[in-house]
Amino acid sequence: MTSSLLYAFAGVALCGIGLFGFIRLRHLLRKLMAFNLMGSGVFLVMVGLAQRQGEPDPVPQALVLTGIVVAIAATALAVVLIRRYYHLSGQTTLDESPKEPSQ
Amino acid sequence: MTLWLMAGLLFTPLAWAVLTLLMDFRKGRVVTWLGMLVQLLVSLGLWAVVAGDGGFHYALGGWQAPLGIELRVDGLAVTFVLLTALVAAACGWHASIYLDPAKSWHRYFWPLYWFLWAGLNAVWLGGDLFNLYVGLELISLSAVGLVALGGQAAALRAAIRYLLAALLGSLAYLLGVALIYGQSGSLSLAGIARLTEQSGGDPGLAFALMLMMFGLALKTALFPLHRWLPPAHGIAKSPVSALLSALVVKASFYIAARLWLELGDELGSYALAQGMGLLGGTAVIWGSWRAFLQPKLKQVVAYSSVAQIGYLFLLFPLTWGASEAVSMQAQQGITLQVISHALAKAAMFLAAGNLIMSVGSNRVEALAGVSRFLPFSLFSFGLAGVSLMGLPPSGGFAAKWLLLQASLGSGQWWWLVVLLLGGLLSAGYVFRIYRASFVEDSDIDHFYHPPRSLEVIPMILALLSLGLGLAAESVLSIMALPFEEGGGV
Repeated sequence: MTSSLLYAFAGVALCGIGLFGFIRLRHLLRKLMAFNLMGSGVFLVMVGLAQRQGEPDPVPQALVLTGIVVAIAATALAVVLIRRYYHLSGQTTLDESPKEPSQ
Repeated sequence: MTLWLMAGLLFTPLAWAVLTLLMDFRKGRVVTWLGMLVQLLVSLGLWAVVAGDGGFHYALGGWQAPLGIELRVDGLAVTFVLLTALVAAACGWHASIYLDPAKSWHRYFWPLYWFLWAGLNAVWLGGDLFNLYVGLELISLSAVGLVALGGQAAALRAAIRYLLAALLGSLAYLLGVALIYGQSGSLSLAGIARLTEQSGGDPGLAFALMLMMFGLALKTALFPLHRWLPPAHGIAKSPVSALLSALVVKASFYIAARLWLELGDELGSYALAQGMGLLGGTAVIWGSWRAFLQPKLKQVVAYSSVAQIGYLFLLFPLTWGASEAVSMQAQQGITLQVISHALAKAAMFLAAGNLIMSVGSNRVEALAGVSRFLPFSLFSFGLAGVSLMGLPPSGGFAAKWLLLQASLGSGQWWWLVVLLLGGLLSAGYVFRIYRASFVEDSDIDHFYHPPRSLEVIPMILALLSLGLGLAAESVLSIMALPFEEGGGV
């Protein structure tokens, strides 16, 4: 087992934990954190797997940088939506509340 | 010439997104009209170039892959670029009249609209897995923004649900990309296809393909992963729903189809192909049945999208291990289905928006009597319905005819049941709307009449969808143009 494979396995484990949280947690912010954890796991897999003959490969590093930008954009959008949703409905989960008028 | 066309195609949407961000709704509208004209002309020009000289690879800014962005401009891609230009221009034109300029937040419609367009073009032309991911994310984020635009709690709930589903789908796709890169050291679709052809099937790559298929199916709302779609498409503003149903779900399907056609033979299996087809078939029947039961007009149209998306997934069983001729028929049928559904569903959502605007309620029963006040919009709705049902001479008919022949040609007769039942059920939900609109004992006698131009746009789209069946030959001949291979590292 090389150290780069260790990174990849750690990434897979992070993905698993993130996925579990993403499905099981109900609070929207926690769901979002779980998504970020999963994202980090994917990036770790990407960088860890792609080391050939002990030499780091620049391509996945560039990809991960782009991936981080995309993840930040998605997280920012999600936070704005969740905040607004909380202001309008007072809820932190996606459950339908009975008192809300149906549209 | 080609340089200018490519620059126009990719640069205009991004430039216009930034430009319109700085303006209010009215100025943004005028600027957008100009941009739509540029996009239409450029798409037509590129289409003409490819129709004349065949497809080509294009390295953006002269940078070669893997660090540069390599675009693959072939017949299928330019067909979809042109389709996007048509449908997006129609929806944008409709939105420019439909949205209320007095509401300050509507100015954000234009930047989101242009980012969406940029993402769509990037996906149709993308040649490597990672840039397809970036294009997909650009589409998802702007689509979620459009759903949430100015909405109340219910719209935000739908938008958040959509966002979470889209994010999970993208991560599954990205994990697949990471595994493929780790295994093969290549990101280009053509390069990976060459590698798998040499080395044969590999369980690691097959798992990566499964992950990507799962992510893309979630984004395309394949049954049983479709639950996010009806609330999001149902609650968005009508031009937005039209854009989402017509184009956005097709982008993720397009990537899945490209992956399958390049890698499916080596990495796929009979079980995977049949499984995808089975889910698609279930989506056709379940989605149509749910559409028949919905009390709200736009929910009917949204569930109809779930059903129509199901047909697309018949591509997987019909091309796996099939002969060249059958596989070609299936691909042509699916392409026609994508185009005709895009035109018909955009027409249907825009017409539904007009009907709702006119009666002031989104319930199906509220349509009573509207047939006398808004016959034109109702007629567009029906014409689009004809294409969804698959009656001749519509594009939907040509698509289903090709799929039917491909099913028989490959000996998979069971898909005939799906094709027949799907057509009957779609007739059911379209006629249900008609029945409601012809009820005369309504006590409402004041209907708001939407501006004439709002009624013309869905009619144009519906007529295009209907006429597609007659022009199918020429559309398909461009799509199947020979593509000069050899590019792609």
